[in-house]
Amino acid sequence: MKVPSLYSKEVMKHFKNPRNVGVIKNPDGTGRVGNAACGDIMELYIKVKKNKISDIKFQTFGCVVALAVSSMLTTIAKGKTIEEAIKITNKDILKKAGEVPLIKIHCSVLAADALKESIYNYLSKSKKPIPEELQKEHERIQNTLRQVEKTHKEFTEFEEKILKK
Amino acid sequence: MRVYLDYAATTPLDPRVLEAMKPYFYKKFGNSMSLHSWGLEAKQALEESRAIVAKFMNADSEEVIFTGSATESINFVLKGIAFANKEKGKHIITSAIEHHAVLESCRWLEKQGFAITYLPVDKYGLIDLKKLRNSIRDDTILVSIMHANNEIGTIEPIEEIGKICKEKDVLFHTDAVQSFGKIPIDVNKMNIDLLSLSAHKFYGPKGVGATFIRKGTKIEPLLHGGGHEFGLRSSTENVAGIVGLAEAVRLRKKEMNQEAKKLTKLRDYLIKNVLKIDNSYLNGHPIKRLANNANFWFAFIEGEALVIQLDSYGIAASTGSACSSSTLEPSHVLMAIGLKHEEAHGSLRLSLGKYTTKAEIDYTIKLLPRVVESLRKISPFKGKWK
Repeated sequence: MKVPSLYSKEVMKHFKNPRNVGVIKNPDGTGRVGNAACGDIMELYIKVKKNKISDIKFQTFGCVVALAVSSMLTTIAKGKTIEEAIKITNKDILKKAGEVPLIKIHCSVLAADALKESIYNYLSKSKKPIPEELQKEHERIQNTLRQVEKTHKEFTEFEEKILKK
Repeated sequence: MRVYLDYAATTPLDPRVLEAMKPYFYKKFGNSMSLHSWGLEAKQALEESRAIVAKFMNADSEEVIFTGSATESINFVLKGIAFANKEKGKHIITSAIEHHAVLESCRWLEKQGFAITYLPVDKYGLIDLKKLRNSIRDDTILVSIMHANNEIGTIEPIEEIGKICKEKDVLFHTDAVQSFGKIPIDVNKMNIDLLSLSAHKFYGPKGVGATFIRKGTKIEPLLHGGGHEFGLRSSTENVAGIVGLAEAVRLRKKEMNQEAKKLTKLRDYLIKNVLKIDNSYLNGHPIKRLANNANFWFAFIEGEALVIQLDSYGIAASTGSACSSSTLEPSHVLMAIGLKHEEAHGSLRLSLGKYTTKAEIDYTIKLLPRVVESLRKISPFKGKWK
């Protein structure tokens, strides 16, 4: 009998053997998204050569799917031009991942956001023009981050209140 | 090697229990309510089983009601007591670390107009007896505190709780799902009025549980119908399951003390070695804990990834972090003992059982540091949370 698995073959492949793990020294761009309290943090580092992502590395704190989609994202983005990379969405990652539980879709969003943030960081550091679309995405990501932190703070305060009552 | 270290989730059926159950599936298949010999045969098995289960906890036979699960038993107790005693009062006391069966029943009762006090616990998961005493009001009808916690294994001071409840004339229910068949229980000595248990946690079959209800206790049934189980739980009895439950109890009576000794040794050996991993910590009480429970948290990594990685090495474990289930919130138990969210996310429960061997523990001790290390390599946190 085949041993059943909670996740798709592709997710398990990347989870067990993640590609491009680590840190790039002197990266051209970095992105950090997520919140440790919520169980997900992704850090992405990119190196850009001739307008192409020549190297990419990640570090992630999170569940199986969070780790796997981080790895998948790096394999999708590597070698792409900046223009192509900006267009990568969580749907591209999900296409590669196969079936992912509904509750884990946000992991793929997080991975796509990490890439957008690192490209944003690269463009602003190198004083290159930032496309309007990317600017909007950056603001959305930062807003979400603030929102999550606020909600989390409210939640823990509420929790403390009911437990100390 | 395949190593099952999730006995707190469920246990395999003892082969001797299966043998005891077998005849009741096909030869002795009667309905206990029938008047013919088939029915009487089933009725007899039912009553013999009831006597065994009752005797184990020093109760009388007619104080034991068989149910379909511990979740049912708990729902029955909480809702049945609440509705039968609401003229006396509408206040119930429980703890912050109860199983969801208790907590969700309480939430539902809150919607029906009952007031619930959730007692906090200390860093080990123990409730404060003074706080319990001070929380009891004139309109308190029930105190429901678990005997041993399912995640961190902490054993609550049941006898003292029972004493306080008796003194204050409040009914006391304990969820004994994790402790029944593992540590001795005497409902009279411990002043327990109501108790819930489940067969599959101690090598009995799934789908059968029981409730102890002290004589004279006012309680409403959940299931109305043909009047089975003294009118408190209508449904044709699952005779094979009940016989299995009783046989499991009978075997536990003979074997549990010796097993607890063996498991305590194995557990302490496991804990000692796992804590050699950097930035690893024990959840729960070092001594006041179930002999088969070990629960850790590892900094900088997430529990679900840990469980799935261990599974790929053939080790079955469980996470306190609910990230793998239907909610993304970490375990309420770990939050209640004071862990931060990110710490609670990195927790791991290893629960031992009667088939656990030293070789299995050695294999786990060898693999676990490697798995933790491999996940930490991917983690953006190095040496501290930042």
